[in-house]
Amino acid sequence: MKMNQTWKRQDIDIRPGMRIKGKWHDKHYIVKRKLGEGAVGTVYLCESNGRPVALKISDQGASMTVEVNVLQSLKKVQGNLLGPSLLDVDDWVSASGAKYAFYVMEYLQGESITSFIKRHGDEWIGVLMLQLLDGLEQLHHSGWIFGDLKIDNLLVITNPPSIRWVDVGGTTRKGRAIKEYTEFYDRGYWGMGTRRAEPSYDLFSFVMVFLHVYYPRRFDKGTDPEKTLVQKINAVRVLTPYREPLKRAIRGKYQSSVEMKQDITDILRKQQRQIRTRTSRKAKKASHAPFLIESGGIVMMATLYYLFSLLL
Amino acid sequence: MKGTLKQILLLTDGCSNKGENPAQTAELAYEQGITVNVIGILDDEHTEDAEGLQEVEDIARAGGGVSQLVYKQTLVQTVQTVTKQAMTQTLQGFVNKELQQILGEKQTLEDLDPEKRGEIMEVVEDMGETCDLEVLVLVDTSASMYDKLLTVKEALIDLSISLNSRIGRNRFCIFSFPGKRKDIDRVFDWSPKLDSVSTVFPKLSSGGITPTGPAIREAMYQFGKKSLLRSFRDEDESNVEETGY
Ligand SMILES: Nc1ncnc2c1ncn2[C@@H]1O[C@H](COP(=O)(O)OP(=O)(O)OP(=O)(O)O)[C@@H](O)[C@H]1O
Repeated sequence: MKMNQTWKRQDIDIRPGMRIKGKWHDKHYIVKRKLGEGAVGTVYLCESNGRPVALKISDQGASMTVEVNVLQSLKKVQGNLLGPSLLDVDDWVSASGAKYAFYVMEYLQGESITSFIKRHGDEWIGVLMLQLLDGLEQLHHSGWIFGDLKIDNLLVITNPPSIRWVDVGGTTRKGRAIKEYTEFYDRGYWGMGTRRAEPSYDLFSFVMVFLHVYYPRRFDKGTDPEKTLVQKINAVRVLTPYREPLKRAIRGKYQSSVEMKQDITDILRKQQRQIRTRTSRKAKKASHAPFLIESGGIVMMATLYYLFSLLL
Repeated sequence: MKGTLKQILLLTDGCSNKGENPAQTAELAYEQGITVNVIGILDDEHTEDAEGLQEVEDIARAGGGVSQLVYKQTLVQTVQTVTKQAMTQTLQGFVNKELQQILGEKQTLEDLDPEKRGEIMEVVEDMGETCDLEVLVLVDTSASMYDKLLTVKEALIDLSISLNSRIGRNRFCIFSFPGKRKDIDRVFDWSPKLDSVSTVFPKLSSGGITPTGPAIREAMYQFGKKSLLRSFRDEDESNVEETGY
């Protein structure tokens, strides 16, 4: 029996240029470069029939199978979920005879929320929130809770900008115990609830994602965790319009993502109306008009883009 | 296997120095259907291959469980991962044995194609979610553990949050060793939750010796059927048959 899996993981000797050939399905993949590494396995960018794919490989067959099961049952769900689609599942026997399990998924090329916001501006926060809530709503509707929702597991792909998630290691059926989580994002750690998989669990992590964007070095619980969270929310200027829904989510007051999405949509609409009246009033005075029109324009574009994406 | 998984979770920071060989005792426990998991807590100046901590791995291996060395800072998350990993490992072992009965010797999960493997892991996961679990926490309270007990307490409360989010039922109890007169002392009696441990932890005193082997042996006896049956009854009459006693 294998022990100490987490602290003595054996390194897999995989280098760029190598060919990984499946034992059962006979497909092969050329390794390009390493994309990242997690507790369970390592993800490589590979090429398959001239197409880029992401391949996750590990010596922990059981954990990999659990992830594959999630991806497979999400595949059956209608609608386009935010995760990468699953392309192949197989085993690989290395030259030295070691056995590994791997699965292949769609390669998502993108950047972290933090770097996206840095490059494109805080105006995008509201839109990203809505997109993520949309995705969560669909996921929850199909009976799953994301679980390990965090910045590392989210990517913003460009053209058009849209949020996607990777790593379903924590994705758990509703009503069960969350499989995998990260302390900073976990409401149990903050003393704000159980680790039962329910929509409000994801909505708590959702808030922590946006706090993490503005507190890159995270922060400690303090003696009164709830108070700490409220203070941290209040202290971020960009989050001012969203304070109330964020606090409600932290306290587990939303039963579903739909409710939270409604509140945030209302806020975005109100914001736009204000910008419009403000800009038209100010435009008459002709002072600072160009700047205001510009920043108002971006929010409007972002929101319009979002509303548009709903129609697609 | 609608039944109860039994685990001993040993938290220690050093080597045993009194009584029988702890790995041998762990093996005995394993034969009785009790898995022994060990978490070795490192001091900041220790490295992961600190001498004396080899025992941690040996005990877990003999006890059919999982072991891990950690620094105090990551103890909280480790306690629950180790416990869950051990549950999966036990259930998987059980399933593998069943598989061999059906498919013949030397067939394990890995030899099946990915599709079948998926179906079987689904079953393992179901069992892990719904089975009942008994965890006896065995805390080393020898002198060097003194500054770690607060974190141990936090980790145990956290463990109870994790496990009580499952569908299956849980019971926990805590013993410390060395005991005042005996090898181990009961700190906290079998109970479904650990949130009330705050009151017992400040009372733990620290001694000089580390009788790990005798402590595991004593711990083993705490899973005695009679007392368990009684405590299940106290809680919920109707559940007694279901647990298989
Ligand atoms: N489909 C994908 N497309 C592009 N990049 C990916 C894809 N899947 C994973 N990655 C990258 O590889 C990294 C590691 O992925 P992995 O699934 O192991 O997640 P993790 O969060 O790092 O690990 P874990 O949750 O297992 O500890 C991710 O953080 C991501 O950057």
